[in-house]
Amino acid sequence: MRIPVETYTLSNGLRVVLSQDPATPIVAVNLWYHVGSANERAGRTGFAHLFEHMLFQGSEQVGANEHFELVQRAGGTLNGSTWLDRTNYFETMPSHQLEIALWLEADRMARLLPAMTQEKLDTQRDVVKNERRWSVDNQPYGTWWERLPALCFPGDHPFHHSLIGSMEDLSEASLEDVAEFFRTYYTPDNAVLTIAGDFDAPIARTMVERHFGAIPRGNGRPPLADMSVPPTFGGWRREVVPDAVVAPRLFLAFRVPPAGDGDWYAASMLGAVLGLGEGSRLPKRLVRELQIASDAGAYTFDLSKGSDLLICDVTARPGVSAERLETEVAAEVDRLITDGVTAEERERALALLETSWIAGLQSAGARADKLSQFATYKGDPSLVNEEPARHAAVTVEAMNAFARARLGAGNRASLLYVPNAAQEAE
Amino acid sequence: MTGTAGLPPRPIAGVPRAYEFPAVHRFALANGMRVVVAPMPRLPLVTVLALIDAGAASEASGLEGVASLVTRTLAEGAGDLDGAEITARFERLGTAFDASADWDSSVARLTVTRSRLDAAFALFATVLRGATFPPADVARRRDERLAELAQQLAEPRGLADERFAGFLYPPTDRYARSASGTPRSVAALDAEAVRVFYADHYGPRTTTLLLVGDITADQARLLAEAQFGSWVTGARAAAPVEASPGAVRRRVVIVEKEDAPQSELRVGHVGVPRSHPDYLAIVVMNAILGGLFSSRINLNLREKHAFTYGASSGFDWRRGAGPFVVSTAVKSEVTARAVEEIMREIDGLRAAPPEPAEVALATDYLAGVFPIRYESTSAVAGALAGATMFGLPDDWFARYRDRIRAITPTAVHAAARTHLDPDRLMVLAVGDAGVIEAPLAALGLGAVERHASDDDPAEVAR
Repeated sequence: MRIPVETYTLSNGLRVVLSQDPATPIVAVNLWYHVGSANERAGRTGFAHLFEHMLFQGSEQVGANEHFELVQRAGGTLNGSTWLDRTNYFETMPSHQLEIALWLEADRMARLLPAMTQEKLDTQRDVVKNERRWSVDNQPYGTWWERLPALCFPGDHPFHHSLIGSMEDLSEASLEDVAEFFRTYYTPDNAVLTIAGDFDAPIARTMVERHFGAIPRGNGRPPLADMSVPPTFGGWRREVVPDAVVAPRLFLAFRVPPAGDGDWYAASMLGAVLGLGEGSRLPKRLVRELQIASDAGAYTFDLSKGSDLLICDVTARPGVSAERLETEVAAEVDRLITDGVTAEERERALALLETSWIAGLQSAGARADKLSQFATYKGDPSLVNEEPARHAAVTVEAMNAFARARLGAGNRASLLYVPNAAQEAE
Repeated sequence: MTGTAGLPPRPIAGVPRAYEFPAVHRFALANGMRVVVAPMPRLPLVTVLALIDAGAASEASGLEGVASLVTRTLAEGAGDLDGAEITARFERLGTAFDASADWDSSVARLTVTRSRLDAAFALFATVLRGATFPPADVARRRDERLAELAQQLAEPRGLADERFAGFLYPPTDRYARSASGTPRSVAALDAEAVRVFYADHYGPRTTTLLLVGDITADQARLLAEAQFGSWVTGARAAAPVEASPGAVRRRVVIVEKEDAPQSELRVGHVGVPRSHPDYLAIVVMNAILGGLFSSRINLNLREKHAFTYGASSGFDWRRGAGPFVVSTAVKSEVTARAVEEIMREIDGLRAAPPEPAEVALATDYLAGVFPIRYESTSAVAGALAGATMFGLPDDWFARYRDRIRAITPTAVHAAARTHLDPDRLMVLAVGDAGVIEAPLAALGLGAVERHASDDDPAEVAR
C-alpha cells in the first residue's frame, strides 16, 4: 500500500509532487507554503492566518469573490489552513478541471498584490476577529490551543504566541504588512505543489510549467529564530484557568522530539497506547472504571521543529474536582512508566494505525496533503510511505525506555480548566 | 475577464471523464433481513453498516433518548463477553464498533481491513444480535450522556441549536426535544427501558445490512448468512412519522448569555419532510440561499458586511418535517442588522427568479462534487443507508447528477416561494440581552421574548 510519488523542481525552485491514481475522475491540487505563525514579527500575532484569508480575495486576473466561485462552479471543493509553521491551500476538482485550479493558485502566487485593497483587508480583519470570538472567546475551553503552546514554549520561542492572534495585533495589520509578507514568504522556492489523483503526467507537467514556470524566485526568506529547546521541561509546569465551563478539563503535555524525527515514533505509539480508542489506557481507566471522566484521549500536536508535544486530553464529569482529575491522569501515566507497555498493547495500536492509514489513502485531498507535508518538512515526499513501517519498528522496549525518559514528573505541563464557580468557592 | 497581456489566459475545462457510482447489489436473507452490497475494490478495506429502522421518532413520550442510549450500550455486553473485552477485541482487529441513533434510524458501523473482516464481522453480529445491557454499564453510559448534554448546553452553539428546536416545535412534538433526549428524560432511563426498546425494534425484519468496499456480492451473502441467517426476533417496523406544522407565527427569542462577545443566531421555520416532491429544487434553492460559501447569505454577512466568520442555511431532512434554519454567529453589536440582512436575502430569493448563471453555479457544484463526496467506503455506506432509510428508488444515485442539472431558475423560484415563509420565521439569539434586545425589538418583527439559558421550553410545558 504505497502512494505513488514522482517529484521534480522547477527552475524557480518550486518543488512539484505528482501522484497518479486514476480510480475515480477526481484530482487534488495542494500547495504548502513553508510559513506560519512562527514567522510573524513582534506585534503582528495572527498575521499569517489573516494573510491566508487575503489569498481568497482575488489576484490580478481573479475578481474579489471569484476564487471560491470558480472552483465551486467547476464542481470542486477548496479551503486553506494556517498552522504554526506552514500554511496550505487546496482544491479537489473533477479531473477535467485540473487546470483551472492550477491557474488560480499560480495567479495568486505570482500576482496577489494588484488585487489587494484597504477595504478587503478591513473586511477580512473583521471576519478573523469574528473567527476568534467564535472559536476561542465564546467557546468553553476555547483558549486551550493558544494557552498550551504559550505554557510549553519559552516567551521568545516562535511557537509561544497565539496563532489566531490578539485583537490588538489584528487591528494593527496593514497593507504594507501584506505586501512584505507576500514578497518574503509566498515565493515558488518556499512552496510545494502536489497534484494527486486522476491526471496525465506529461500534460500536468506542461500545465505546471505554463502557469508557475515564469514566477520569479524569492529573495530568500529570513532564517527562523532558533527553535531548539531542551528535551524536557525540567519540571512540572502548571497553569490553572478558571473559565465558564461545566466540568474540569486537563491537558497534560510532554515535550517529545519534533514530529517525524527518530524517537517521535515511540511518542506517537505511546499516544495510541494511552489514548487512541476506548480500549486505550486513559479511557479504560478514567471513563470506564473510575467513571470520573466523560472523555479521554491522547495525541501528538505534530510540530516539526524544535520540539513536538504529546498531549493527554481528559474532560472530567461535572462535579469531579480538578485535583482528582489531575491526580488520576498522572497516576495512569505513572503506571505506564512503572509497569511498562505490553506486547498486546503495541499490537492493538499498530492495528488501529494500519486501518486509519489505509482509510486515509481513500481521499485524493488527504494523499496530496500528506505528500506536501513530507516534502515541506522532510524534503522527501516519498517518506510518507515509510510511516507504517516506522511505527511498526517501535519495540516494546523502545516505548518503555521513552516513557521512562520523557513521561515522568520532570517533563510535564498541566493546563487545567476549572469551572468559575468552583474556583470562587476555593 | 480576459487574460492580461503576456499572462496565461484563464483555462477552459477539459473533457469530463465518466464517473459511475459504485454498482449496488441488493438481496434479502430468508429471515427477512435486507442486504446491500457496493463493491469498491481499490483498497483492502470494508465498511460494515447495520441500519435499524428505529430512531428517536419511535420513542414513547418520557423516554426521549432511549434509542440513542441503546446504541451507546450495545457493545457493553454480548453473550458472555463484557464491554471491556468487546472493545479490546474490536481494537485488536484495528477497528471500533461505532453506533448512534438519529431521528429515523439507528446505525452500527465499523471499517476494517479486508484481512480482518471475517473476525470483525462475526463480533459485529454477536453484539448486534446478543447485546445484554448490563445495568451498571447502562447507568454509566446514561451518566456520560448527561455530562455530554451539560457540555452541549454550556456551549453557545449547542444551546442555540437545542433551544431553536425547543421554541420552534410545540412541546407535544418529539422534534421539540433533542434526538438524544433532554437532561430530564435521559436521567429517567435505565437498563429495562433500553432492553424493551432493543427487543421491540432490533431484528432481521427491521435491519438492513450494508457492506461496502473490497468485497463481492457473493462473499457478502456468505458472510451475512453465516452470521445473521439464524437471527429471529419479534421486532416490528417503526410507525410512520406524522409531519408537524410547527409554530405558525413569527417569534423573536433571546436566550440570555451575559457578556457574550457574539450572538449565536438561528433564523428559520419548520421545513418539509424528505419525501416532498420538491426535494431537489429545494436543495438547489438552499445552495443559492445559504448552502455554499458563494451563497447569498454568506457573501452578504461575511464578505460584504464582515458580521461573521461564516453563515449558512439548511433544511434538516427527516421523515417528518425537520427545521429549515439559517445559522451564524455574529458580533453582538450587529445582531439585529444581521437578522435584517438574512430576512432581506430570504425575501430576495422569493421576489424574483435567480439568474441562470447563479442556478448553474449551484447545480454545477452539486453535480461536480458528487464523486468527491463518495471517495470512501464509509461515505458510500452512509449514503446508501440514507437512501434506504428514506425509501429512495434504486437508481437514485445513478440519476442524481442529471436530475440536479435539470433544475431551472423557475423551479428554484417556485421552491423559494413555497418553502421559505417570512411570516413564520423564528429568530433566536443566544447572546448578551443588554446589547441585543433593543435593536432586535426595533426590527418590528414582534415582541422580543427573553429566556434564561436554563429555561427549556419543551420541559416547562410538559
